[in-house]
Amino acid sequence: MDALILSRLQFAITTIYHFLFVPVTLGLSIFVALLETWYINSGSYEERIKLKKLVKFFGTIFLINFAMGVVTGIVQEFHFGMNWSEYARFMGDIFGAPLALEALTAFFIESTFIGLWIFGWDKLSEKLHCLCIWIVAFGSNLSAFWILVANSFMQHPVGYAIEDGRAVMTDFVELVTNPYVVGEYSHAFFAGITTGGFLVIVVSAWKIATDEASREMFIRTMRRAVLYTMLGVLGVMGSGHMHAQYLAEGNPMKLASFEALWETENPAPFAVVADINQEMGRNDSEILIPGMFSFMVHNSFCGEVKGINDLQREAVEKYGSGYYIPNDVRGMFWSFRAMVGSGGALLLIVFVMGCLVFFCRNKIRDHLCCLKLMPILLPLPFIANSAGWYIAEAGRQPWIVVGLQKTAVAVSPNLSAGEVWITLIGFTAIYLFLAVLAVFAAVMFIRRTKITSEE
Amino acid sequence: MDLNIVWFILITVLFTGFFILEGFDYGVGMMMIGRPVHERSQFVRAIGPVWDGNEVWMITAGGATFAAFPHVYATMFSSFYLALFLMLLALILRGVAFELRGKLKYSDWISFWDFGIMFGSFIPAFLWGVAVVNLLRGLPINFEMHFVGHFFDLLNPCAIIGGIFFVLLFAFHGANFLAIKIADIPLIQDLQRKSLRLGLFTLLFYVLFAAFAAFETDILAKLSTVIFLGISIAALIASCAGTYSGNGFKAFLSSTLAIAFLTIGFFNALFPRIIVSSISPDFSLNIYNSASTPHTLTLMTFAAAIFVPIVLIYQAWSYKIFKERVSPADVNYH
Repeated sequence: MDALILSRLQFAITTIYHFLFVPVTLGLSIFVALLETWYINSGSYEERIKLKKLVKFFGTIFLINFAMGVVTGIVQEFHFGMNWSEYARFMGDIFGAPLALEALTAFFIESTFIGLWIFGWDKLSEKLHCLCIWIVAFGSNLSAFWILVANSFMQHPVGYAIEDGRAVMTDFVELVTNPYVVGEYSHAFFAGITTGGFLVIVVSAWKIATDEASREMFIRTMRRAVLYTMLGVLGVMGSGHMHAQYLAEGNPMKLASFEALWETENPAPFAVVADINQEMGRNDSEILIPGMFSFMVHNSFCGEVKGINDLQREAVEKYGSGYYIPNDVRGMFWSFRAMVGSGGALLLIVFVMGCLVFFCRNKIRDHLCCLKLMPILLPLPFIANSAGWYIAEAGRQPWIVVGLQKTAVAVSPNLSAGEVWITLIGFTAIYLFLAVLAVFAAVMFIRRTKITSEE
Repeated sequence: MDLNIVWFILITVLFTGFFILEGFDYGVGMMMIGRPVHERSQFVRAIGPVWDGNEVWMITAGGATFAAFPHVYATMFSSFYLALFLMLLALILRGVAFELRGKLKYSDWISFWDFGIMFGSFIPAFLWGVAVVNLLRGLPINFEMHFVGHFFDLLNPCAIIGGIFFVLLFAFHGANFLAIKIADIPLIQDLQRKSLRLGLFTLLFYVLFAAFAAFETDILAKLSTVIFLGISIAALIASCAGTYSGNGFKAFLSSTLAIAFLTIGFFNALFPRIIVSSISPDFSLNIYNSASTPHTLTLMTFAAAIFVPIVLIYQAWSYKIFKERVSPADVNYH
């Protein structure tokens, strides 16, 4: 393997790992802020003690996750220069701006106000303290916005010109109002709410099942988390649908690839499963729902959807000879099904949990063993998030910036395969190691903490 | 004054802020070496509320370099590949350690994470020293701005002395910070004794570093740089005097100034270059051949003019909130 492949692998591993924590930060920060708002508006003395403990309980889980997200984010910030120096040179005039703005407008407020929040319980007024976590939540979600502005440019360049062999910014407003940002950001925002909310549901379910003293408070938490997560799941589905429709114009190659539609068809069928033969540019066998793909794109059972082979011919006309099909159509196809399948499963699970805590409260005791098994389902939103990013990034290949620069020429020319092997193994090892310790610390904390009115 | 110069100054400001603020964070981490756990906990608590915000100065310096001088970002980070990797490992361990060390009460658990903090403070301090010296001393960079050397080119004697100098300077600065943040009087006195010794060693290495740098680089070519470094050394001496007389605020303020003027002097020596090429002066990266377009620089200047003051205001406010000294009783919290 050469430095290019290894650098891609390293970027994939570190980004996906980073994005395990990011959605939790995005969604859980808002949920903890909501909990604290509930706390400062609550009445009786006993209620206040319990709610404060609850805020600190989910606050602590949030902080462990937040720390993991922050440290893995530093790697990403430096990665563009370390492994992708030619990309940084080509794109710096455009890509650097949102990255610097992310640091200036989001990282500073996140990191400063998280410190105030952790250590400020006795030093700030209740309202000011609550405001701190809202500011953290705002900062986290703002940082996601900036980085997705940068990523959207790579997927769909706008507001630029090519001068002296590099891309330069001509219109900042166009950059941040890139239609790609709308779909990508809303999808990521709601994915955050879903992931954060679902984590609260799982933790609450487990506490309801195993900790009788705290059961009452976790049932009440679960009710709120169910509503919150439901909003997230519906939002993620709506924004995903909207974004897929946009892709038909914005990046049809990506759309056709994750649906493995090789030839242009009208009406286009949806392949439920397919045996993909990328070399031959066709599916060897497939199970189809007629007209369904057209319906997803056009809201109507007829309408043309362009196929991969035709898009390849168009790309050759536009960019000269070359292979412009993402090199892992099979991976994208199955990732899409994993993402949508996980999303559908989440919708169902959240609905069932909602019925349980809202309408069958008295019967919760009969279902404790089911609730205790809920942690098995925790990977679902994380699978969906990772699969979603895989589609977004693998679907951009062979380009690093669609139409402007290929991934193959973006890698740092001074790196040897040996050097990248060292860092690839190093990052992977420390990430695995820290994941074990962080999860261990979180589980021990969840296990021993009780939410009761005793001081 | 054109925007390229404005951005060179802004990058200088960001690195100055970074070295001052993370300087004492790294220093506090290094001062934990060989201390009992209850003292280490107080040290961690002293920087607990602010270290994360301080670290963002480094991230912002990196991001701003990317935005304003993308070629510098590209060349620097790819040249220092393995060194940066080591620094990232250290920073990862350190960042997680702050959060996890207090989560379980086993002494092995706490010791492990404290090791992470010490390691994660020492390594970046050393490597930043090495990096900074190499920028000025020159890296084998060819006409395409590509690094054509290897890892061990970075570890020349001059750079290693620079690295040790940074370690000592930050440790001293961190000890000074602790002396004004800790409430336990005997502990402060003990720290100040150690800190005085550290300060004198720092001075020694400052002189050694200056001598090496004068020989191997053009750091003393400009009179203005000589003046800045002179102020910096004077501040360091004042800081030692403050430590000796038990005047903690004087000591900390002076070591802050020493770091500030060292950074300013260093960037002044570089100007208008940012990375020197050891192959040919024509291949050096400077504020013009490595910069973004005037359009992007203008945009970023507005952004910086608005947001940097806001950041300074709320970070200053957060320091004000946590201005009280940390007592041994405070550390049960974290």
